[in-house]
Amino acid sequence: MKVGLFVPCYINQFYPKVAIDTLELLEKLGLEVGYPLNQTCCGQPMANSGYEHLTGSTNELFTQNFAGYDYIVSPSGSCTLHIKDHLHSDRYPAESKNIRSRIYELTEFLTDIIKVDNIKASFPHRVGLHQSCHGQRGLKLAQMTELTAPAFSKPEQLLKMVEGIELVPLTRADECCGFGGTFCVAEEAVSVKMGKDRVADHIKNNAEYITAADMSCLMHMEGILKRQKSPVKVVHIAEILNAAMV
Amino acid sequence: MSLTKDHAALAQVFNNDEERVDWHDETLWFVRAKRDRASHGIPDWELLRETASRIKHNVLSNMHNYLVQFEENALANGIKVHWAADAAEHNAIVLSILKEKGIERMVKSKSMLTEECHLNDFLQDNGVEVIDSDLGERIVQLAKEPPSHIVLPCIHKKKEEIGDIFHEHLGTAAGESDPQILTETARQHLREIFLTRRAALTGVNFAIAETGEFVVCTNEGNADMGAHLADVHIASMGFEKLIPQRKHLSVFLRLLTRSATGQPITTYSSHFKKPRPGQQMHIIIVDNGRSIQLSREDFRNSLKCIRCGACMNTCPVYRRSGGHSYHTAVAGPIGSILAPNLDMEKYADLPFASTLCGSCTNVCPVKIDIHDQLYKWRQVIVKNGYSTKTKTAMMKGMTLALSSPAIFNLSGKAGRLALKFIPFAVNNGLNPWYKQRDMPTPPEGSFTDWYKKNRKGGKP
Amino acid sequence: MSREKILNAIRQNQPEYQPLPEEVNFYFEDVDLIEKFKQVLEFIGGRLHAVSNYTEAKAYLESIMPPAGRWITAVPEFQDHATLIEPGDPHLLENVDVAIIKAHFGVAENGAVWVTEELMGARALPFITQHLVILLNKNNIVPLMQQAYRLIGNVEYGYAAFIAGPSKTADIEQSLVIGAHGPRSLTIILTD
Repeated sequence: MKVGLFVPCYINQFYPKVAIDTLELLEKLGLEVGYPLNQTCCGQPMANSGYEHLTGSTNELFTQNFAGYDYIVSPSGSCTLHIKDHLHSDRYPAESKNIRSRIYELTEFLTDIIKVDNIKASFPHRVGLHQSCHGQRGLKLAQMTELTAPAFSKPEQLLKMVEGIELVPLTRADECCGFGGTFCVAEEAVSVKMGKDRVADHIKNNAEYITAADMSCLMHMEGILKRQKSPVKVVHIAEILNAAMV
Repeated sequence: MSLTKDHAALAQVFNNDEERVDWHDETLWFVRAKRDRASHGIPDWELLRETASRIKHNVLSNMHNYLVQFEENALANGIKVHWAADAAEHNAIVLSILKEKGIERMVKSKSMLTEECHLNDFLQDNGVEVIDSDLGERIVQLAKEPPSHIVLPCIHKKKEEIGDIFHEHLGTAAGESDPQILTETARQHLREIFLTRRAALTGVNFAIAETGEFVVCTNEGNADMGAHLADVHIASMGFEKLIPQRKHLSVFLRLLTRSATGQPITTYSSHFKKPRPGQQMHIIIVDNGRSIQLSREDFRNSLKCIRCGACMNTCPVYRRSGGHSYHTAVAGPIGSILAPNLDMEKYADLPFASTLCGSCTNVCPVKIDIHDQLYKWRQVIVKNGYSTKTKTAMMKGMTLALSSPAIFNLSGKAGRLALKFIPFAVNNGLNPWYKQRDMPTPPEGSFTDWYKKNRKGGKP
Repeated sequence: MSREKILNAIRQNQPEYQPLPEEVNFYFEDVDLIEKFKQVLEFIGGRLHAVSNYTEAKAYLESIMPPAGRWITAVPEFQDHATLIEPGDPHLLENVDVAIIKAHFGVAENGAVWVTEELMGARALPFITQHLVILLNKNNIVPLMQQAYRLIGNVEYGYAAFIAGPSKTADIEQSLVIGAHGPRSLTIILTD
């Protein structure tokens, strides 16, 4: 099984540790992981702003980079969903179609494809799990509070395998943090208010860390936490799952 | 772009008072929580939604025949049927019905369609007084404001503000803000209106092709008080309100109020089939852009909407920006996919007033793919040229950087300059990101840099 | 003419025909329907009182309703306690205090009762009265709206309504107030 690691642009540039932990975690599980060096971005920042017609070149690039892999794995629900829903290539239509069905967000790859049943990691902290919307409602990584349906949560399933972790319940289990791509600057006031409210929910419930399967939400909440000089930190789920045993 | 303030600007004003935003958010979240309790109490809720959705798909696909059938049956029931291509024609029809009877004062129950058509202003300009009888609508009417929510018209107002309005207009004691006392005052005030108005206009929740009847749902009883005491009952409906058969009400009436307020059903679900002896009953079937929306493959499903307002109550943006920030009759997520059909330029901002979180789609009782349509409207709006030049230039710059690994990685090396093309990542005071949020701490190098050093570079 | 214009546009723009879904039987819990109906009715602000005969019903109503005042009924058995309604101008019902009517059946899932025009006496009566009393036979309670509309079928009426509880509003800050424009109370008398 050849796994291609797709690292979203802002993780590559701002949060390399998240990508390193993702890579190491996959390698620890015995997978052969490749990282195409020519990768850049899924094209979502343009598409969600109404410029999907400009994403032709990023689509072609993505298809060329990842065409050869059995699976493509990414530590981002949002970017994964974008590829799943919107990747198309005029030059390699079959390959892009194949990628759409072969791309997985990290946690669903671990629970559904690898079917991991134990993880050697330790994270002795109180952690609030933020359900990023595109992962949750788009990729169905977890049940949604709006629906009348049985509960499940792939990220939670994995976190529960981590030694010492205490997951804190939230008052609003799956409300959006307000990042929303360019929404975070175009609608600055509402975006920040949403982020402040989300952060407050975790703090109120005594979380030391906020985790998520999407770094973009965490970057937004981290920006607010830091401005508030809060001791609460954000941590990507890959960082927890790859945290060394103590 | 139009000169009126857009959603972001209006939302920013709303957010100047954070305590009020919290109050607004909590009040609507409370309604969402009630909706959850009600829907989770129905084990086959999702099947009910799916059924409703499929009935509505059938309606959209057979709209022409159902309308003809409805008209035929309504006429046979003794109802007068009118057709209005647009808002102006709708308003003119209402006025002509009233003029024919020499009526200059009308009472009206909730009808978002008449808000869409700006009927009240039109009638007042033509010498007809209109009084809204739904409590929330009466309050915003006295305050000279439009409703901010389709089900809860004055949800943006605090009881103290309503007390002030009642003190000024209805003579309650200064400072009185007890909802019980204010409601009783409105009851007395409007009872006199119901008893003296010869014409009543109501909206329509459902119209049934098979029987030619229509159903109006209220909790207050105001539609019935108006209609049963008036010589003339006018019912205004967008043509999408049709359902095929009476028995289909058993699906929609189970969904509507549970989705709207968490009640099992409205207090009154009134089935109007024939005028009472001596009464005139009119139905105005309105298009006003709906047939155009029906032609838009990506957006026609928005016409399935039954106006429950659940998408507004769940929307984290609506709750924190208020209904008026949408500057259109129907606010919130559903309004944002309906409005651009009517005026793409004026409402170009609305599909962007969302994080695309998708909660709206999940609560929708008729399964409209609201957040996907928001995404699609963004594409249509940009393609039609209703975006700003600055934004287009920025997007093109970003595309350039992200299309070339060489530029992307080079910029990365030079202090990750590529990030200047990522709009949320410019570290200066002018950047809206930085106004209330810190930037991430720049790492030593990018992941690609690390990978080249620590793994045998390139593809395995 | 706008009619043709609208209909032509619709015919041109409507999507390919999609059939109606097949009718399914929706789920309902196997519980005591009277108990469920009562529970929901009380939740929505109504009250229920079971009697074994009309004499008991009258005594109960006298104990809870304002004694003086205008009582109107569309139920002939109650005409010694209330004035039997006669056809006429609905405005004359303006000062009715108590109205007593019958319902065809009740619905357990939402506490609603189904009343057609001929049971109301006048369309305005169940709305204009200060207090509404509805007689319901305890054997006529169905679980869901699905069974309700099966009972209604294609029956003919000029006007009919599901009535669920007293009139209410929560338009002011979501505070529930009973007694908006219609009745201030709803009493369901459950009969044998």
